[in-house]
Amino acid sequence: MDAELNQLKINRNAKQIDAEIISNKKVGPYHHMVFAVGEIAASARPGNFVALSVGGENSASVLRRAFAIYRATDKGLLGGTIELVVSPHGSGSKWLCSLQIGDFVNLIGPLGTAFGIPTTAANTMLIGGGYGSAPLFALAELLKNRGCRVDMVLGASTASKIYAPLEGKRSVSSLTLTTDDGTAGVHGQITESIPRLIREFNTEVIYSCGPMSMLNSINKIAQDFDLVHQCSVEESMACGIGVCMTCVVPVRVNEDIKMLRTCIDGPVMNGSSIIWDKESLKDGLTK
Amino acid sequence: MNSFDFSTKIASKRFENPIFTASGCASSGQELSQFFPLSEIGAIVTKSIMSKARTGRITPRMAETPSGMLNSIGLQGPGIDLFLERDIPWLIENKSKIVVSIAGESVDEYGVLARRLRAVQGISAIEVNISCPNVENRGQVFACQPDTASAVIESVRRNIGGELPIIAKLSPDVTDIVEIAASVIKAGVDGLALINTLLGMAIDLNTMQPKLGGKTGGLSGPAIRPIAVRAIYQVHQAFPNTPIVGMGGVSNGKDALELVLAGATAISVGTATFSDPTAVIKIRDELRSLLIERGFSDFKSAIGYAHRQIA
Repeated sequence: MDAELNQLKINRNAKQIDAEIISNKKVGPYHHMVFAVGEIAASARPGNFVALSVGGENSASVLRRAFAIYRATDKGLLGGTIELVVSPHGSGSKWLCSLQIGDFVNLIGPLGTAFGIPTTAANTMLIGGGYGSAPLFALAELLKNRGCRVDMVLGASTASKIYAPLEGKRSVSSLTLTTDDGTAGVHGQITESIPRLIREFNTEVIYSCGPMSMLNSINKIAQDFDLVHQCSVEESMACGIGVCMTCVVPVRVNEDIKMLRTCIDGPVMNGSSIIWDKESLKDGLTK
Repeated sequence: MNSFDFSTKIASKRFENPIFTASGCASSGQELSQFFPLSEIGAIVTKSIMSKARTGRITPRMAETPSGMLNSIGLQGPGIDLFLERDIPWLIENKSKIVVSIAGESVDEYGVLARRLRAVQGISAIEVNISCPNVENRGQVFACQPDTASAVIESVRRNIGGELPIIAKLSPDVTDIVEIAASVIKAGVDGLALINTLLGMAIDLNTMQPKLGGKTGGLSGPAIRPIAVRAIYQVHQAFPNTPIVGMGGVSNGKDALELVLAGATAISVGTATFSDPTAVIKIRDELRSLLIERGFSDFKSAIGYAHRQIA
């Protein structure tokens, strides 16, 4: 895809609204939150994200927080809604999790690229690390409806950190859990199980979301097996709408290395075009 | 109320209202046009452009700080050729007033860029960014020394020709900003942009390493606003006839008014756009209301009002 042209097309459905919280439930270490967003829901695709203001009017947190959309429903009782899975680990996300039903949050979305869907029925594997599983359930549903086989692999450091709600499992052909400490599923890092599962399920396309180190490992496996790998990447981001140039990742575009914005040209990117070992670039970059 | 004159001028150029974007905080306008028509604000100040395409620095490039943020982008950009071919025509088509910001690694590069811009139609002014803190060599921050600052401006002045106003963007990271301002005014600038970000740093307590890939970065946001107010006030006091594009942590109309009272002729909004893409529109409307509430009949009479002796 031509990244230079892409920026003119993408985000054209993005809107900025004050979204009302209509549900906020603690699920293990995470919060499942539902927002009334009107027409934003209809244009959201699996892989898109939203950017929320946090901390209230007098907050010292000046930047938005980006969250992958867990689910978008365009015709619910309350009109369009989107659901997010929030991990309360920083001051912004803790503030968000502390909000009550009826509170409003300023929201911009849907933003960024969506997962690409195979044109023919394919065997797909969806790999999520921690609450990185959030955008994969809607993707699973979409792939299932297109006739794809969907094998889901979810891993985390410990059982409680795997986000795998019941309703999310409906669309998957198989679900494999892994934990680093062995408290659930296969004992070990998620990437250790992937080669075996690829062989078992005859996987053709991999989708992944989670920490960058995990995505990097999955990308190596995808390359070994010569599979298409679409991953949702993460980098420190200020604006979320493409103006600040902070959230870039180095990507090979033809012969060149380009720093592409993960908010506009991502978060979903082609794993094979990303230069994962950015330290190797350090001397080649303009200072 | 409708008779309130909100326009402002920098040298020969008139702007419909005094609210601009800040360079590096609006790219070249396309992304923001999703949220408001660019013609609604005084001008788009484009991200500082260099003679060649530039990848910029390694990531992480951003760290949030109390009431602010650090960035170490390092002037990533498409280079002047693609910029003139793609971005300027697009901005003109979208009826935006354009201030082109330029940055160079050498005095000559600024001259080359000025020469490229001299014949370009549709530009309202040139911002000469001599104060980007995200360069490897502090000696390249031309705005840190009066002689290097004026050498760049002289080079631009020689090459630009015509009547395109030149605005020098200065750094607050100096002992005496009035001295730097004096040197660039002497070298022939038509206006000043105050202030660029301040050089800062943050360290991650888990990794115990600097948070930014470039280690240091430019601090922006409300945290730096008092420094902007001070710098604008000092420079306006010394050079009341030199227009100042004021910036530094403006996130609402009151903040903008504070900079205007200190002496700003126009206001650039930077970091606030990151938290709210329509911040410039809200700030424009709030500033207008605040000025009318205070009995000003036009924007111009509020510029530098804090310097007046109240009898």
